Amino acid sequence: MHLILFLVFAGFCLGGAINLLIQSHPINSALSLIVVMVSLAVLYLLLGAEFLAAAQVIVYAGAIMVLFTFVVMLLNAGREARTLGSRAARVVGFPAVVTILAVIATVILHAQGLGVARLSDGLTNVPGQTNIELLSTVLFTKLLLPFEVTSVLILIAILGAVALARHDDTDPQGSAERTGK
Amino acid sequence: MTILQFFLWSVLKVAVVTVVMLLGIAYTVLLERKLVGRIQNRWGPSRVGPFGLLQPLVDGAKSFLKEDIIPTGVYRPLYLLAPILALGCTLISIGVVPFGAPNIGPGPLDLFEIANVNVGLLVILGVTSIGVYGIALAGWSSNNKYSLLGALRSSAQLVSYELALGLSLVGVVLRAGSLNLRVIVEQQATNGILSWNLFGGMQFVAFFIYLMAAYAETNRSPFDLPEAESELTGGYHTEYSSMKFAMFFMAEYGNMITVGCVATLLFLGGWTSPFGDLIPVPQNILIQALLPLFWFVLKVFSFLFLYVWVRGTLPRFRYDQLMNYGWRWLMPLAILNIVATSLWLAYR
Repeated sequence: MHLILFLVFAGFCLGGAINLLIQSHPINSALSLIVVMVSLAVLYLLLGAEFLAAAQVIVYAGAIMVLFTFVVMLLNAGREARTLGSRAARVVGFPAVVTILAVIATVILHAQGLGVARLSDGLTNVPGQTNIELLSTVLFTKLLLPFEVTSVLILIAILGAVALARHDDTDPQGSAERTGK
Repeated sequence: MTILQFFLWSVLKVAVVTVVMLLGIAYTVLLERKLVGRIQNRWGPSRVGPFGLLQPLVDGAKSFLKEDIIPTGVYRPLYLLAPILALGCTLISIGVVPFGAPNIGPGPLDLFEIANVNVGLLVILGVTSIGVYGIALAGWSSNNKYSLLGALRSSAQLVSYELALGLSLVGVVLRAGSLNLRVIVEQQATNGILSWNLFGGMQFVAFFIYLMAAYAETNRSPFDLPEAESELTGGYHTEYSSMKFAMFFMAEYGNMITVGCVATLLFLGGWTSPFGDLIPVPQNILIQALLPLFWFVLKVFSFLFLYVWVRGTLPRFRYDQLMNYGWRWLMPLAILNIVATSLWLAYR
């Protein structure tokens, strides 16, 4: 049962990813990306990580991709022109992708602390322990420093965006002179 | 219980819940027409059947029989996908709502909930956030300026108010210590109305924020800018006709019911009695099964009543007011509520 579901949704995921690349219209690509996100969430669910699956759907498919489609709709982006791409990319591209994937796969299979997950096993063997407890324990004890640093990083990004957006308002004198001329 | 039994019971539950939900949607529309009629000092629908009670059936038949017009300029795949997405998400999210007492039914079966999920609350939020695409794609694929403006307004509004909505629920989750909807309800069940999150849990600020954000999330007045008829004709569904229009219509009312169910579960004690243990429940199994259903339906009904009452009373916001209200008032208030609740829980 789990295996069938895994195959179906892994298929959806790969199909969505390939469709994302070959579609020429931005909104179709964005929708394919949503399919990829949601099928990834189902794969998380199959591995017993239900909180991660829900967060994936809410954050990526529900919030970030809405902004993507919003921008596509707002700018009314048209079809992209198809090009054949550069010759070098075609010659080097496939071997390069294969090499990178092989390196990543080797690292994941041999790295310390990364084990093999089994379908239909939960994240924990303790009865009654939920995903959220497990994740928050790790996040707020072992990984506290990276967690806080990431939040500061996001805060800086937000402040930067606000500063860029308000650039004209901070200098009312200058903008008045510009419009005066 | 074998796999086959589980499968058959699930199919039965899904079928019953879907039919009840669709009937509920139909009669919510009638409730709105009747109530708004009374608020405006007229009768509302009164000709079809006794008190106009058969009106929804006639409306449904009429939408089926209308000519289905697809304009030539639309982007066809997404134009056809959008209403299915909108209605589908609405019907899926009711699947994790527990609407009756647990432990009634044969064996380990949960008769009054389709799926008891550990992260039920997040599933509802996730599915509703996917529902935005129905509206956004409808507006974009219609190839019409009114539709596009309606869809843009709607996406911006939903993204803004989803934050306040999510944050307002954190206080309740902190109190219950779980995202499982059954656990959240049972935590409020001990003393009836006094232990509801709304009163005993001191979450009335959160309830207020949830109420406002929920009205905005379902595109209902006073936040119904995406389909402001005086500015945008029909908004995102201007180019839709016949059953496709009806699907958007049903999705809107279905969302109202879902939002009412979530409010009932999180703030009003779900299926439990407001009197707690004051009135002893008879030992009859039928009454034990039906009484929780009655309380649940009554609570959801009063929430829907409030919805219609607000629609009949308040005028529409301006767009800048809407954005200011969401970002400058509701969201900081929700964050303050989380901080206050956490402090209270920590030093209790």
